[in-house]
Amino acid sequence: MYPSRFAYEAPRTLDEAIGLLHDGAGEAKVLAGGQSLVPLMKLRFANPELLVDINNLPGLDRLETLADGTIRVGALVRHRDLERAGDVHRIQPVVGAAAPLIADPIVRTRGTLVGSLCHADPQGDWAAVVTALRGYVVAQGPGGRREIPIGDFVTGPFQNVLAHDEVAVEAVLPGPRHTVAGGFLKLERRVGDFATAGTAVAIELDGDRVTRAGIALTGVGSRTVDATGAAEALVGRALTSEAIAAAADAAAEAAQPTADHRGSAAYKKHVIHTFVTRILTRVSTTSEQAA
Amino acid sequence: MTSLFEEVPATADADADVPVRRVTVTLNGERRAADVEPRLLLAHLLRQGFRLTGTHTGCDTTNCGACTVLVDGLPVKSCTMLAVQADGHDVTTVEGLAGPSGLHPLQEGFKDEHGLQCGFCTPGMMLAAKALLEENPDPTEDEVRFALSGNLCRCTGYQNIVKAVLWAAKRMNGSEQ
Repeated sequence: MYPSRFAYEAPRTLDEAIGLLHDGAGEAKVLAGGQSLVPLMKLRFANPELLVDINNLPGLDRLETLADGTIRVGALVRHRDLERAGDVHRIQPVVGAAAPLIADPIVRTRGTLVGSLCHADPQGDWAAVVTALRGYVVAQGPGGRREIPIGDFVTGPFQNVLAHDEVAVEAVLPGPRHTVAGGFLKLERRVGDFATAGTAVAIELDGDRVTRAGIALTGVGSRTVDATGAAEALVGRALTSEAIAAAADAAAEAAQPTADHRGSAAYKKHVIHTFVTRILTRVSTTSEQAA
Repeated sequence: MTSLFEEVPATADADADVPVRRVTVTLNGERRAADVEPRLLLAHLLRQGFRLTGTHTGCDTTNCGACTVLVDGLPVKSCTMLAVQADGHDVTTVEGLAGPSGLHPLQEGFKDEHGLQCGFCTPGMMLAAKALLEENPDPTEDEVRFALSGNLCRCTGYQNIVKAVLWAAKRMNGSEQ
């Protein structure tokens, strides 16, 4: 299969890329890892007139961890890089749990976290992780830079808020204030399939008390579900079995799955309930052992 | 010129607007160049442009990994990368595995351990395995299975494929000592 005909540019500077996108007037697309865009173009679901390949732009492959625990993920940081970034996993275990579950090992060589956020697939994994961590996207356009919270970044299935001449240059995961815990679980029929259901949990603990919680779900709605009710069930409390059950109930409630060949709606809600319970129980057991 | 072609009515005028770009790669250690349309995929440049048909196209939808090649030493599905994106990079295909002294240990391993049945997935399997062994020269069986989880064998010959990779790892470690 071939994509339909398009013009191709591989600029060397970000300004040049933005200029090309601006001139493309909405008919241009950014090419980063290409692991979603190229298949879509081959299937003729996407037919951009111009591809602006950002793979030669300097600095976008930077994966930085700052002293305060902030993690900055450049637009060319591949899933593979995140899978192997032990320093990042120590700060945010949810990233380390999710990275090896993205697509398959070969796709992870090319695909990027920022590209995954931009693609905004309701079954994407990284959007759930970034939502649970209250991350944001940094976009640069002709007018300068702006920061867009992940909740505002995705506007619908396969839609984001970027202007046609803006490039998402990095995603930022804010540094934690207290002890971090969490995890990511995904049910997939086979490696590389989309999530039947997936759950990202990121919490912070001061002693045994939860000070911050983020629980986000993938594959169970027309976009990533931010299960705020489930998070609220935890904040200010210890991770008792009652608190965990309340969070799991609220997460299953927040899920809005549709039945398909991967399972019934009730089944997917059940999976979400199980995943939230499993991740939080593991956290509570681990912190008890550490105490 | 590579063969990204479309049959046209005999009376049609030549399309003057077709964009063409020069791609230069180091292919299995040798510098090669081609003029290609940007929409040409790396898999097709290799197979139809450079006539290296060891790279197989299976599903053509980023699932099966039959088209796996190494770009700068890392495994990539060549049906999901534009040929123009390989410009300036190092590409290794299955044709580049064997050295002057004979077959690569992975090739020996696939032969010895019966790691192939129909052989369609084999080039992709061997290149994914090569990338694994370069990063992790002494993998466990689980690590081999994980590293090959993006490559499908529809003969379901995984058991012997895994054995073949472990065989090669052992051989490669042995010969280094």
